[in-house]
Amino acid sequence: MSSHRFAGEVAIVGIGATEFSKASGRSELRLATEAVKAAIADAGITPDQVGGMVTYSSETNPDVDIARALGIGDLTFFSRIHYGGGAACATVQQAALAVDAGVADYVVCYRAFNERSGNRFGAGVQGRAPIANAEMAHLGSYMPVGLLTPASWVAMAAQRYMHVTGTTSADLANIAIADRKHAATNPKAWFYEQPITLEDHQASRWIVEPLRLLDCCQETDGAQAIVVTSLERARDLPNAPAVIRAAAQGSGKGQDMMTSYYRDDLCGLPEMAVVGEQLWGTSGLGPADMDAAILYDHFSPYVLYQLEELGFCGKGEAKDFIKDGRIEHGGALPLNLHGGQLGEAYLHGMNGIAEGVRQVRGTAVNQVEGLDRIVVTAGTGVPTSGLVLSSDA
Amino acid sequence: MDTRIDHSVALAALVGQVSGEPAMGPHLVNEAMIVHWVEAMGDANPVYVDDAGAREVGLEGIIAPPTMLQAWVMVGLRATLERESARASGSAKSGEESANDTMMRLLDEEGFTSVVATNCEQDYDRPLVLGEQVAVQLTIEAISDVKTTGLGTGRFATTRYDFYVIPPSTERSGSAIAAEVASAERIGTMRFRILKFAPAPRSAPKPPRPLPSVTQDNAFFWEGLKDGELRIQRCTSCGTLRHTPLPGCGECQSLDWDWIVSAGAGEIYSHVTVHYPQVPSFDYPLPIGLIELDEGTRIVANLDMNPDDVKIGMRVQASIVAFDDELSLPVFAPVTA
Ligand SMILES: [Zn+2]
Repeated sequence: MSSHRFAGEVAIVGIGATEFSKASGRSELRLATEAVKAAIADAGITPDQVGGMVTYSSETNPDVDIARALGIGDLTFFSRIHYGGGAACATVQQAALAVDAGVADYVVCYRAFNERSGNRFGAGVQGRAPIANAEMAHLGSYMPVGLLTPASWVAMAAQRYMHVTGTTSADLANIAIADRKHAATNPKAWFYEQPITLEDHQASRWIVEPLRLLDCCQETDGAQAIVVTSLERARDLPNAPAVIRAAAQGSGKGQDMMTSYYRDDLCGLPEMAVVGEQLWGTSGLGPADMDAAILYDHFSPYVLYQLEELGFCGKGEAKDFIKDGRIEHGGALPLNLHGGQLGEAYLHGMNGIAEGVRQVRGTAVNQVEGLDRIVVTAGTGVPTSGLVLSSDA
Repeated sequence: MDTRIDHSVALAALVGQVSGEPAMGPHLVNEAMIVHWVEAMGDANPVYVDDAGAREVGLEGIIAPPTMLQAWVMVGLRATLERESARASGSAKSGEESANDTMMRLLDEEGFTSVVATNCEQDYDRPLVLGEQVAVQLTIEAISDVKTTGLGTGRFATTRYDFYVIPPSTERSGSAIAAEVASAERIGTMRFRILKFAPAPRSAPKPPRPLPSVTQDNAFFWEGLKDGELRIQRCTSCGTLRHTPLPGCGECQSLDWDWIVSAGAGEIYSHVTVHYPQVPSFDYPLPIGLIELDEGTRIVANLDMNPDDVKIGMRVQASIVAFDDELSLPVFAPVTA
């Protein structure tokens, strides 16, 4: 049973975001700067107190540019994490490690992009000849065939999962319906006041069979930032701390980036099992202790996989677990109460962490009454990460 | 907005006009040209080559094949090209421009720069006999409205050729020929119909497929496909197959490897049908399979079948398809029992 030393000793104390839109009208750097500024203000600290910055390797905005723009002083810790959305919770883990090690007192994690009006991930990988290196060699082998987009990479695994478990497209709809129900009451969500029905889901066009449009996350312009410090310092700051009970990264057997098609079966996400084992082992908590969950939802099928890998239900049982409102606000395990990436915004998972913090603070728009503990996950189909957050009780 | 130049009025004025002065054939009707013609046409009728044979059927001697009508006035390739070139460059003086030249120029200006012959009809008044001098006079008979055809948009134009026999003479001016023709005997006519058109824009050629990222570790796989082989990497220490290629074996940690050539038989382990986004290099809906090869590894490949017919567990067989000089891929189709 793993036990990470920093667990329970660090907390998220600040969150800040821009609006979530389809055309921000300003630079990605501007978005990042706004979000980091807002998170620092929310934390109740000053920019010169920030000693570390963490982001994704896919981020285009250098930490030093944001630091100069906001009057952040000397940085003693800066790092970037790979694997797209898989980096989300890992940014917080790195911040926690740095804080716990005494390398930096306050660390800001951030992610900003014009993913809708600028470089759209959904447009697919294009161009005749990719760069010849090991990183491109694997994914590059699918380009000549026409398997070019994240939706297509996920769909290949999902088809097998659906075949083996008997999960149908209508079953997947439960994820989208819950996300959109929660987004409908979240004014920050792109799909505010736009819930969907099963019929809407089933009528939506195919993107890559077996995935329909409403199985796929949005494309978003926006930014989200998060401030991490020690629990000891957190107790002197204005917001109730969201205590980091566990934070973990995971890569599993047969791991590839998005296309782990050569594993014994395609019905699992072993990397999420690696994350879950650490989360539960470190926190001393289990799935039954979670009052809610924020599970990464770029494509609906992988939410089912995560419920199984994290132990919320048995293998192949997720299609039944998500029925009858169990994952909706008021249900036994409400999921993605901000609307998720299908409903609120696609911020590469960072907006989900912010929702976890709001739920712990008790300030969420779809607040779960008496919530104490929540699990948050990062991008799936890639080496990934997760968090367990709780109140300081 | 349609900015096409429209010469409808000028073209209509040309209809019925005689085109330039009549032309005289460079050679009298002669036996040598007839022999070459029937030889090329494979026409064994003795009346064209054998004086006795011709007389046997009541003729007064050899006659020319009627279909040679135009051949007697053709000036040859070089002269034709020179005239075409002068017309195209606009160097032909207006005084020298015949009605036919004018018509062609106007049609070019309308953007109908391509030409294709569509019909040729000949009528014969009487056969030509050896020693006769043929002359021809062109008349613009019809120019159509702008039509849209399978080839493109353009106009049909019909020129009538009237053929005459005039007294033989080696030196004659254009006006002298015209004077002869005015009182000559017409021996045949030809209606020659062309389509002058603007070629329909071709749909943009499909761009080539994206290429793989070829490294020293995986080059054998991509080179193999170009050679028509589906190569699967094999650990030479423990025999484990692996795809996609890696420099080492996760089972025994050996860095030594070779490859086997897969027979390309297997079954569909999973599959997708891509509908969106639609990249121009591919046809949609695009079925793609994850194939479990009989040798034991899996491979992602295109499927040559109706997307609705693809089923997990279906038996399939690969063919290696060359998409272009730089890219060959295995494409799997169902095995018919
Ligand atoms: Zn081996």
